[in-house]
Amino acid sequence: MRRVRIKDDALEQRIYFQRSLIAVGMVAVIALVLAGRAFWLQVAQHQHYLELSQGNRARIEPLPPNRGVIYDRAGRVIAENTPAYQLEILREQAGDLEDTLSRLVRFGLLEASDVKRVRQLVLARRSFEAVPFLLQLDDEEVARYAVHRHELPGVLLVTRMARHYPYGTVGAHAFGYVGTISEVDMKRLDRARYFGTGVIGKTGVERAYEDDLFGTGGYREVLVNAEGRPVKFAEGSGQPLRTIEPRAGKDLRMTIDIELQRVAEEAFAGRRGGAVAIDPSSGDVLVFASLPSFDPNGFARGISRSDYLALTENPDQPLFNRVLRGTYPPGSTIKPLMALAGLEYEVIRPEDQAYCGGAYSLPGSRHRFRDFKREGHGAMEMKSAVTQSCDVYFYRLANTLGIQRIHDSMARMGFGQPTGIDVAGERGGIMPSPAWKKTAFSSAEQQVWFPGETVIVGIGQGYWTATLLQLAKATALLSMRGHHFRPRLVRALIDPETRQVEERAPVALPSVELRQAQNWEIIVEAMVAVTTGGTATRAARGAAYSIAGKTGTAQVFSIGQTEKYNEKDVAERLRDHALFVAFAPADNPKLAVAVLVENGGFGASAAAPIARAIFDAYLVKPAP
Amino acid sequence: MTYGELGASRTRRTVTGMARLLKALRLDGMLLSGLAVISLFGMFVLYSAAGDNTALWFNQLARIGIGFVLMIVLAQVPDHFLRMLSPAGYVLGLVLLVVVAIAGDIGKGAQRWLDLGVIRFQPSEILKLAVPMMCAWYLNQRPLPPSARDILVVMLVIALPVGLIAEQPDLGTALLVAAAGVIVLVLAGLSWRFVVGGAVVLGAAVPVIWHFMHDYQRQRVRTLLDPESDALGAGYHIIQSQIAIGSGGVFGKGWMNGSQAQLEFLPERSTDFIFAVIGEELGLLGLVALLVAYLFVVGRGIYMSLQCRDAFARLLAGSIALTFFVYACVNAGMVMGLLPVVGVPLPLVSYGGTSFVTLMAGFGILMSLHSSRKLVG
Repeated sequence: MRRVRIKDDALEQRIYFQRSLIAVGMVAVIALVLAGRAFWLQVAQHQHYLELSQGNRARIEPLPPNRGVIYDRAGRVIAENTPAYQLEILREQAGDLEDTLSRLVRFGLLEASDVKRVRQLVLARRSFEAVPFLLQLDDEEVARYAVHRHELPGVLLVTRMARHYPYGTVGAHAFGYVGTISEVDMKRLDRARYFGTGVIGKTGVERAYEDDLFGTGGYREVLVNAEGRPVKFAEGSGQPLRTIEPRAGKDLRMTIDIELQRVAEEAFAGRRGGAVAIDPSSGDVLVFASLPSFDPNGFARGISRSDYLALTENPDQPLFNRVLRGTYPPGSTIKPLMALAGLEYEVIRPEDQAYCGGAYSLPGSRHRFRDFKREGHGAMEMKSAVTQSCDVYFYRLANTLGIQRIHDSMARMGFGQPTGIDVAGERGGIMPSPAWKKTAFSSAEQQVWFPGETVIVGIGQGYWTATLLQLAKATALLSMRGHHFRPRLVRALIDPETRQVEERAPVALPSVELRQAQNWEIIVEAMVAVTTGGTATRAARGAAYSIAGKTGTAQVFSIGQTEKYNEKDVAERLRDHALFVAFAPADNPKLAVAVLVENGGFGASAAAPIARAIFDAYLVKPAP
Repeated sequence: MTYGELGASRTRRTVTGMARLLKALRLDGMLLSGLAVISLFGMFVLYSAAGDNTALWFNQLARIGIGFVLMIVLAQVPDHFLRMLSPAGYVLGLVLLVVVAIAGDIGKGAQRWLDLGVIRFQPSEILKLAVPMMCAWYLNQRPLPPSARDILVVMLVIALPVGLIAEQPDLGTALLVAAAGVIVLVLAGLSWRFVVGGAVVLGAAVPVIWHFMHDYQRQRVRTLLDPESDALGAGYHIIQSQIAIGSGGVFGKGWMNGSQAQLEFLPERSTDFIFAVIGEELGLLGLVALLVAYLFVVGRGIYMSLQCRDAFARLLAGSIALTFFVYACVNAGMVMGLLPVVGVPLPLVSYGGTSFVTLMAGFGILMSLHSSRKLVG
């Protein structure tokens, strides 16, 4: 039977009272849990969350340092930082991006083919981030922007510091250039230090002295909101925002004389080749010319792909550093050094005569090593053999000396090894010897040294290759009678703040001592005779100082497989390289020079006048 | 007569005058001051959280005005009217929920809003009050503690709107509505066996519930368990709000000085996550002060409910007071990373008109229920 219950208000009140008491108890417990959680977060874990919030609000903005300025030896600016204008798009101000892009094309500030790339670039960044799309505007572009500025909302003209080389192509191979940091560069640099820097020294002094030139980057903490947008917000608490100032890089004073360099480059009159001029008393390189040259400003601005291809595909190879990396047969320019070796090893005396009938054959061989003068020079002693560059005399001398003694003697003069100049990438050339041949060839029959190979080494041909730097340095060594210095392009560093000059002392190398010191004089005398009655007489005519020199003509044996020639070019490019080495004044050497004109033909007519121009400009001071 | 005595008597006159006014308006002075203090505190914090958006602040000020007026109006309604209206309100709420389900606007990815041309509102807000009223109305007619059959009926009364709201989907509101109803049931003397049994059944039902959950709801639960798993997605809210609160420390970074809030790292900082702004800018002291104010309001509400004259009034008043606390602790628990992120505003503080007005309506009803007893004597 179902029991009927009736309402009992007293009971219900009692139940309600009980229940509300329990509820209040639960409320209290929950309130304690909440307060406990707040305590945990705000007291126990406070430090942790404080750091997290600090990390949230600050963003680090790099302050790249000013790159050191490069001067020539006279204090003329070779590389500096100048303001450059670039255009940036700020999407949130631009309104309709497509409209802005099409306007830019219409105003000639953007190429139609670049629209797609720029659009991607802009859309990849946040709307309040300015995206650079045109670097280094020229004056005309700046003017065009100024005219249309009101039609280009969100397009900003921004200045930044960019590397500028006021002399353009002159001396570019010596000081090199800066360019956009590549992935390869990333591997060799300290990322933290280069944070916020877009360029790095790529070649030449810019690269070799990168560490000094660069300086130290700084940074600034910027307050940002959750979107990463910089904001202004009065700080009440929290750590203050830091700013670490960047430290500018050191300025460099080069050994190059930029005006002398210009004289040398102009003397080439458009021909390919290279010239080096060294101060024999210090190793300072005053001229470092590799032609054709290129404009380093293009790289500093950010070179376009087509411009870069134009440089790399140019058959004249303007980017190739002929001074540092071009290895050429030294040809007859080494004949004075061969004569010196003969004297030193006492296999020949200056007055010993040899007959030149236009050709030389090894005993028991029918192969004829021809002299460039078919009918022969007749009876030759040392001096006339040098002045007239008689090949037969030196064929015979080489055979008498033997390859090992030639190698040892020439190695002392610096051949077969880099000179140690203070920029990277130098080649050492080849000073051949039987030992060298064993390492250079793989098959046993190729490793054998043949006597005929010794003979042609006697006139600077065969396997022998040398760089212009080596030739200039060997000439300087000769002029200083065995004293020599490591060639260098930088002579001093300058602190950007104190302007204190840190001179670098010339690096003297161990002197070359001769058994007979007067042998120097015999050779120098012969070289003076070259310019006073020998092969280089015409080039030296009328000079106000005496020149000791030697002409050379290096045969071009083969065409590089990678090089492309058109029909007309072949003949020209198969012509001999013209060479000339010299120092002056002969009695008080101030400058040692090596010049090479690629496919220039005879050294006396193509290369010697360039050396003469350099000497004149350096030694004969123009009237004030 | 000294000056001091004169001043004292004037003060007394003012106080008694005020008391008379409150009595005439059928308002409870203690509860009113508690609500006013929280509202003022909320406006103070919102001024900082809103940043440059002063329009938002004035909007909220207007809604507070509306809320208090509505509370005063409802306090005048005799309790038997409220009781009479309960079934009608409940049915109306249900109908509106169905209408919304069919024709409601899509707002924030969920069908919650009803556009009446003049105003847009969420019918689910009505149910926050209509459901406990309906439960109290039903139980008032039955002998208490409720029988198994009564419990079943009340559960049905609760489940119907809760199901509809959860389907919108608005899990937060559904839970709050359910809580309001269940609290009535528990206060009415629901046997502890049912409470325990219900908890067990609920635990067993977790996989089933999980199965019927929307993806975003599941994500919120996952996020609660491991916020770092989705630090820039769903976990972002929890991580940033904890950073805000934790970095505030004991004394806070100062009003208007919370970097998390002012630099916009903190999402929803003027609405659901305003609790974190308090924690960051006013520190532990600010949070505890707010908590104490909430406890005061809840305590006063419970105290008032004890004085009510019948079961309907008691149960409804108790439910209104306790539901208010549920709001507060669900929001605080969510912002501090103790509960999943459900869209529950911080009562009387978060920006948002509907929530504020509904709460004040509830307190108006509470005051009406409380003052009605005096009429009987």
